Amino acid sequence: MLQTSSNQLPVTASGLEKFVETSQGRLVILQQINLEVASGEALAILGASGSGKSTLLGLLAGLDNASAGEVRLFGTSLSGLDEDGRAALRAGQIGFVFQSFQLLSGMTALENVMLPLELAGHKAPEQAAREALSQAGLAQRLTHYPTQLSGGEQQRVALARAFAPSPKVLFADEPTANLDAHTGEKVAELLFNLQEQNNTVLVLVTHDETLAQRCDRRLYLRDGCLESEA
Amino acid sequence: MNPFYLALRLLRRDWRAGELRLLTSALVIAVASVTSVGFFTDRIERAMARQATEVLAADLHIESNRPIEETLSLEAKRRQLKLATTVSFPSVILSHDKTQLVQVKAVSEGYPLRGQVEVRDQINQQSHVTNALPKAGEAWLEERLLPLLGLNIGDTFKLGKSRLKVTRIITYEPDRSANLFQLAPRVMIHHTELAATGLLGPASRARYYLLLAGIASQISSYSSWVALQDIQGIQVQDIRSARPEVRSALDQGGRFLRLAAATAILLCVVAVALSSQRFVERQSDTSALLRCLGAQRRQVTQIFVIRLLSLGLIASVVGGLLGLAAQSILVALVGHWFTQQIPSPSAWPLLSGLATGVLVLIGFSLPAILRLAGVPPLRVFRRHLGAPPISYRFYLAAALLSLSILLVWQIGDDKLAFQLIGGLLAGLILLLLISQGLVHLLTPLRSQAAGSWRYGLASLSRNPMTTSVQLSGFGLGMTVLLILALVRIDLLANWRSTLPENSPNQFLINIQPDQVEGVRHLLEQGGITSVKLYPMMRGRLISIDGKPISTKDYPSPRAQRLATRDFNLSQASHIQADNKITAGHWWTESDWEKPWFSVEKGLAETLGIPLGASLEFEIAGQRISGRVENLRSVKWDSFNVNFFVVGTPGLMRDQPSTYITSFYLPNEKRKVLHRLIQTYPSITALDVTALMQQVRSIMDRGALAVESVFLFTLAAGLIVLYAGIQASHELRVQETAILRTLGLKRRQLIVSIALEFALLGGLAGVISATLATIIGYTLSTSVFNLPWSFNPSLWILALGGGSIGIGIAGTLASWSLFSTPPMTVLRRV
Repeated sequence: MLQTSSNQLPVTASGLEKFVETSQGRLVILQQINLEVASGEALAILGASGSGKSTLLGLLAGLDNASAGEVRLFGTSLSGLDEDGRAALRAGQIGFVFQSFQLLSGMTALENVMLPLELAGHKAPEQAAREALSQAGLAQRLTHYPTQLSGGEQQRVALARAFAPSPKVLFADEPTANLDAHTGEKVAELLFNLQEQNNTVLVLVTHDETLAQRCDRRLYLRDGCLESEA
Repeated sequence: MNPFYLALRLLRRDWRAGELRLLTSALVIAVASVTSVGFFTDRIERAMARQATEVLAADLHIESNRPIEETLSLEAKRRQLKLATTVSFPSVILSHDKTQLVQVKAVSEGYPLRGQVEVRDQINQQSHVTNALPKAGEAWLEERLLPLLGLNIGDTFKLGKSRLKVTRIITYEPDRSANLFQLAPRVMIHHTELAATGLLGPASRARYYLLLAGIASQISSYSSWVALQDIQGIQVQDIRSARPEVRSALDQGGRFLRLAAATAILLCVVAVALSSQRFVERQSDTSALLRCLGAQRRQVTQIFVIRLLSLGLIASVVGGLLGLAAQSILVALVGHWFTQQIPSPSAWPLLSGLATGVLVLIGFSLPAILRLAGVPPLRVFRRHLGAPPISYRFYLAAALLSLSILLVWQIGDDKLAFQLIGGLLAGLILLLLISQGLVHLLTPLRSQAAGSWRYGLASLSRNPMTTSVQLSGFGLGMTVLLILALVRIDLLANWRSTLPENSPNQFLINIQPDQVEGVRHLLEQGGITSVKLYPMMRGRLISIDGKPISTKDYPSPRAQRLATRDFNLSQASHIQADNKITAGHWWTESDWEKPWFSVEKGLAETLGIPLGASLEFEIAGQRISGRVENLRSVKWDSFNVNFFVVGTPGLMRDQPSTYITSFYLPNEKRKVLHRLIQTYPSITALDVTALMQQVRSIMDRGALAVESVFLFTLAAGLIVLYAGIQASHELRVQETAILRTLGLKRRQLIVSIALEFALLGGLAGVISATLATIIGYTLSTSVFNLPWSFNPSLWILALGGGSIGIGIAGTLASWSLFSTPPMTVLRRV
């Protein structure tokens, strides 16, 4: 199921590096990252705080420029694209879930979910958003603003938003870190259910071993390098 | 994705969530004040201009020394203008074997088209307004004629072949002041009586006037039509070219009102610039998320620009309507000050309000908003990543361009507009420099301060850029408010003081040289002391630098008129106290015998007389010539005797002259005037009390209008201060929540925030008092030509008001930080 040729892989990274120049010299955050994620796969990237997990996620999603190496999304190299090109590649195909939910406070739950659908030019964004929220168990919370929702509910809205446009790849950054164990468990349940239903590639960065266990594969980030075993 | 649709949806959502309320409020209040100022000034200016048209008794008059061509009146009728004719000529009347030179004025039905005639039915009665005219066989006489000729109401006298009965005493005719110095006592008769007198032969020295009135556009189009006809020997005059003192008062009033409008615009841009900064900070997350979800830079730009312009348009419409409502209340408040109904509002101020709103957004909000598209999508992971730093050059260019367009357009006076912009720019640079310096100075103080002081100081130096922006906002807002105070109190008071209560209200002309001492003596006996009598000769300008004067050389009717008319010239050893040399030098005693002239600046400009030019005049058949040694500015609205051209004593000594004087005659001393006229019947006494009243009333109404308009500017100023307070709100929210979680007491937090704002307000106060003093000085001396005096209370007001006012306002505006539980705040950020 996971076997596919490299030029059709949803996400690949080769020789990926990220460093910043500081007054104390070069600070290396990531070095020689090589990675392939196959269709439908759920990959967990584990690491301690400050290990560069979020930086790697940003590079894989084309939100940041690598210092060296290459990222390919659906076979297209990101290094050949400018920011707008990368945004166009993301539109409708890539979803995100963040540790801090990143819901727009001025919008209701429904409006937040409608946003990526509208950006992707969906024909009936409201209907699709309603369905997504309903799937997330929030049919009664459509017109609530983020501040009127609990943390767990906010993350469920974020999940509904991420899955509503049926993305091919979902990048999740510590999706349960801001939640208590019980709520975190419920959110994780929803995340993996939706991933399975949609056959979405999931790239999950976390420091939570239990959450990572639910993924097909786990990689560890230590000292800027990616390792396959703990 | 349809960006327009999405932008409008976002706008609606933002509005509901209160994201745009500050920006919108700033814009609505600003546009409302600009529009109300626009509506109000437009209507008041038109009312003032109409009131001033009383000086002509019409909106426009055409003057000729021949009967006015019929084509002119036919065309006026065709254009449905109101018209009347008057004929004025000197003649002699005869009664009880006494003769008296008089100025006869024959008026047709409809006269006066503007203003009203006032008469007395009996000598001792109060004068009253009348709409009637003298009937056939009747005449209305000026009061001073009665004792001269021994006449009473009901008596008859002879004018030419007619015998006329005195039926009323004429006390005021609106257009009398238009030719102040050519008046013998007035006799007013009906136009139809003219033929019977037989006085209008071909050689008569009559002046014929066609008076016209109508709506402004009709008058101006008729005036243009007349100019195209190229009719020789006619002069067209409207209010702008009429009496200089009325014109000067009117112009000054207009300038004050336009200044009020300009201050509203300045406040508008400060408020919008500040709230746009905040908008950018608050919208950075939206932008990052949109980019993250696949929106392209262009789409993000489109979404924000459409959102901004839609907001601008909506806010401008709301502001415009609010302005319309506000000005009608204002007009209702001051309406009774005007004798006539105030003209109804035109659509122009509403349109200019809309355009102002959009222009302000383009100049002061758009450059900031455009930064939003540059927010890196990575912000979703790293919140410290914000919009790219501003391109100051781009920001400055957009701001300057839009401000220049706005101010030049609104003020209609390039000089004043650019002075304001210059002042604002200089102020901004000064503010930014001072605030940067302040942050540096405060940093070492933090370690020495304790408790609330340390938190207060830390807040100021925490983010130098925010502190600079905030200080600039406070400083500019307060500067404009202080300028308002200066203009309102100082400039208006100074303007009024240019025409103090004891300004000359009487002119005596035609005093023969041998009567000078007698007149002075009589006046002194009557309690009128230190009266100055000036020699006056009438002369015609023949050539400038040897080139004969020709009307063909002058395109403007005013220049043509000046070029052909007789001037009042004088001689003087010393410059008059209220004159000011603008070029060259006044002569010293050793120069008194040199053939030199001093020329009034305005006349020199109109006729193209440069400093050093050689002028030749013809005075009573003799020619004299001399060099222009200096140019002078003259305050025509001072009512002192003034001359266009003054020569050195040596140059003018042998010229035949009469004397002229002006002085203030209090009502209780009027007897001296009667005695003087009886003793010297050939002297003409002119009472300009009515004209002065007219000028004063223009000044008073102008002042009232300006004061009313400033209320709006004050409201706009307050929103600027509020925007300044809000500028640091975002940063404060999280910080105070953390401080409170860590156990900082609520009272300590309140004190530290109050100290921070009080410090900011005090500093802004000092800076703004400095700026306002500089700008006030510039406005007084170079725009309004008024004396300037240092005002220490301004500094006390700025420092005290700034620190206390902003301290209290800032604390109150931050109250939600103290009263909301820290957990709620932390969950929000």
